Amino acid sequence: MTQATPAARDQSRAGATGPGSATGPGSEAGRVRAWPAVLAAAVLLLAAMAAGMAIGPAGVPFGQVLAALTVHLPWHPAVAVPPISAAIVWQIRMPRVLLGALVGAMLAGGGAAYQGVFRNPLGDPYLLGIAPGAGLGATIAIVSGASPAVLPLAAFAGGAAAVALTYSIGAGAGRRGEGEAQPGAGAGTPSGTASILLAGIAVGALFTAVQSYLAQQHSQNLQQIYAWILGGLSGATWSQVQLIAPYALVAAAGLLVHRRLLDVLRVGEIEAASLGVNVPRLRLLVVAAATIGTGAAVSVSGLIGFAGLIVPHVIRLAAGPSYRIVMPASLIGGAAFLVLVDIGARTLQAPAEIPIGVLTAAVGGPFFLFVLGSRRARRSSA
Amino acid sequence: MIRVRRLRVTLGGSVVLDGVSVDVAAGEWAALIGPNGAGKTTLLRAIAGLIRADGEVTIAGRPGHGISRRMLARLVAFVPQHPQFPADMTGAEYVLLGRTPHIGYLGVESAADRRACAGLLAEFGIARLAPRRLSTMSGGELQRLVLARALAQEAPVLLLDEPTSALDLGRRVEALELIDGLRRKRSLTVLSAVHDLTLAGQFADRLVLLAGGRVAADGPPAAILRPELLGPHFGAGVEVIATAGGDLTVITRRPARPAAP
Repeated sequence: MTQATPAARDQSRAGATGPGSATGPGSEAGRVRAWPAVLAAAVLLLAAMAAGMAIGPAGVPFGQVLAALTVHLPWHPAVAVPPISAAIVWQIRMPRVLLGALVGAMLAGGGAAYQGVFRNPLGDPYLLGIAPGAGLGATIAIVSGASPAVLPLAAFAGGAAAVALTYSIGAGAGRRGEGEAQPGAGAGTPSGTASILLAGIAVGALFTAVQSYLAQQHSQNLQQIYAWILGGLSGATWSQVQLIAPYALVAAAGLLVHRRLLDVLRVGEIEAASLGVNVPRLRLLVVAAATIGTGAAVSVSGLIGFAGLIVPHVIRLAAGPSYRIVMPASLIGGAAFLVLVDIGARTLQAPAEIPIGVLTAAVGGPFFLFVLGSRRARRSSA
Repeated sequence: MIRVRRLRVTLGGSVVLDGVSVDVAAGEWAALIGPNGAGKTTLLRAIAGLIRADGEVTIAGRPGHGISRRMLARLVAFVPQHPQFPADMTGAEYVLLGRTPHIGYLGVESAADRRACAGLLAEFGIARLAPRRLSTMSGGELQRLVLARALAQEAPVLLLDEPTSALDLGRRVEALELIDGLRRKRSLTVLSAVHDLTLAGQFADRLVLLAGGRVAADGPPAAILRPELLGPHFGAGVEVIATAGGDLTVITRRPARPAAP
């Protein structure tokens, strides 16, 4: 019968930490190092973009790809590029790679933001109904025979409207339910989060119902609607890149500046409030930034599932849970992920394309399970 | 330092605090005692501005309501009964959270913030916890980390909700001694909810007995720890025994048992 006393257990535990327990100078303790993960993600993104530029059904030699890019640099050396290769590289592949990177960054950043602000591991950028909203907006634009140029705007407006509806109903119900939150200087209530998530489900169901009804009534447009919903980057153009880049920049900045406060929120809404965080305001700003980014992404790419859910989790498992790492690395890693998957989408069945949403799930799912499993194995053997 | 007047809190339609008035002087340690549901936690949360309350709360001469969360967090540090400990966070990161009210909205911790927190960890004798994950720590270690986080706020007022409920006998006294030492060294004002009446009497300058959302009694431990006062409010037979050392111990009496056949 050898029952260790609490003090003895404390000691053995302290001893077990070994050399790692030696603390550095005080100014270093608690510093979260984001740069290794960010650097790794950036290298991956550069590699993905290079591959995205080089690989394609047209089989442009790599030297010509480089040359076609060089001619767009200032003071470039005189190089001759066949016009067809130049057009493929600069007018087809380049906008597609850039668009994929922007969309991937927004989906993964939005997923990380929702996971953090709602403290819910199932958070993805579509959590508050942006997907059904955008789907309804796009469906209305398609069935009403509006010009294709209106489609992105309609999708963005539908998505934003769904989130705004979810948020106003959910946050209001949370306040009334508990009487705990003070308007203005108030703390977030635990129930505030739950009612926002529930409102998201209800609003999503409503928008989906209307969208399905509209689609059913206009069966001649079904294929077009279905193709939009499945999502994809085919037909990416420079004007699409220019259209969403400003939104993406604003959203990325809005998410990045809140990375420390999302870390504070990891101790819960009440404690975060007692530490001086205005939780309702933080939640509103983060949701607004994520909605701007996701809405812009969805408006040009349709609904690409799964990327926003798994990219932040893979980064968390690989580099740690601090949002100082997860947020920047998700933005960059999400971009890399989508560019890579899109290479598969346009080459695996060339000249046909596989819907990218199908591939993100087919590739991302097993990869995520692998990461999860290997981490569990590492833990249990440690 | 803390001045509460006619505080009234309604939660889910029922009145939890009904006209509570309490004063805590600068540098004083006052303990809130009372049966479950008396409103101890609610009073602490209301003073910390975490729930909506009618009435008047003044902290260090400033109105506790209507100032920003950030300013309030510089005046009041609040330690909840069951703090949440993110498993993957390190000790140093956790204590750094306490610097939040001193960091700009878009800013990050400075080297000075990190030094201040490392100093607190050293002062608490837990510098070795800095690089360790919270999931590997014992209850006593976590309790010290929460206190270090609260002190990192550099607020003159410390609100503690049952700070020792998760600790064993020895850790309990240790934690309370630590709080008492910190309070004297930094002239903090402490208001804490305490279940254990004996410990409350040993450590607090003053006891405030809450019952049914009102202040039932308020005074030095010797005046409050009396069987005829405690018994009815706690609904149990209570005996108070003075020890040789001058401490008052509170024990409950079991109802008379039928004699064994």
